[in-house]
Amino acid sequence: MHIQLNGEHREFASQLTISELIDQLALTGRRIAVEVNEEIVPRSQHAETRLSPGDSVEIVHAIGGG
Amino acid sequence: MSAEQRQDIPLTVAGRVFSSRLLVGTGKYRDFDETAAAVEASGTELVTVAVRRTNLGQNPDEPNLLDAVPMSRYTILPNTAGCYTAKDAVRTCKLARELLDGHNLVKLEVLGDDGTLYPNVVETLKAAETLVNDGFDVMVYTSDDPIVAKELERIGCCAVMPLGSLIGSGHGLLNPATLEIILGNAEVPILVDAGIGTPSDAALAMEMGCAGVLINSAIANARQPVRMAHAMKLAVEAGREAYLAERMPRRASASPSSPFAGRINA
Repeated sequence: MHIQLNGEHREFASQLTISELIDQLALTGRRIAVEVNEEIVPRSQHAETRLSPGDSVEIVHAIGGG
Repeated sequence: MSAEQRQDIPLTVAGRVFSSRLLVGTGKYRDFDETAAAVEASGTELVTVAVRRTNLGQNPDEPNLLDAVPMSRYTILPNTAGCYTAKDAVRTCKLARELLDGHNLVKLEVLGDDGTLYPNVVETLKAAETLVNDGFDVMVYTSDDPIVAKELERIGCCAVMPLGSLIGSGHGLLNPATLEIILGNAEVPILVDAGIGTPSDAALAMEMGCAGVLINSAIANARQPVRMAHAMKLAVEAGREAYLAERMPRRASASPSSPFAGRINA
């Protein structure tokens, strides 16, 4: 299935959960936050939240800033 | 002049108490080692970070800012830098809250254009209201407009942070007269955010009665950032002490420091 990930078009297997997505991106264990279609998905719900085709996903972290 | 002496009370923002009045940004450093060393030398307890898209396909061992500036040691103040609309700023704050385990203290900034990075106060006011209603403690970057500063306080922002001059410009306090008015009206902490170029700028802001200053470029862009971080720490402390001590009045004529009486030629 096709999703929009951090502004890029990407293909993934359908029925992917957010935890699986994070794992595929080698981001497991890193301090990140996830938003799907402009709604926060809390960390506690990553394992049970499945993505749908066309979803827009943002994964962010903290970087240097003033 | 008031009869009572000024008393020192620590900086308190939304119930959080800080012994340092210097807030430090983490942008523009050469690497995280330099960031960590400068933050440490500054004596700060409150450190700003930005929230950005994670690089996809990154090295899993890529260093993390929050290892250099750990949440166990510092209060992290996520910012909304780079947001030009209230909507984006609110989204960024919600992401930050999730990122930092429910931490609800944020630095709101909504910018007007990328040439001046001047605040868009219309969008800032909108975002502030939404965020306060959503339970955020909002420290807000704004222009040095006394009316807007008061309005942000009325909305419920826990600290108002007018610019001294443009972000990253190092021009210092370009309009101390309006800052004075903002300070005179304020019932929440007023911090100068943006424009500090050198320790004397920071000291002046503190002498005027600001509750603190937020500094990034003036430290990170110094030839020796760690040394400048220490200089800023001293300046903020000196300025605060001077505010509490209350300076001497200015006089039109000289006043000798050595007594006239007892001169050998008297």
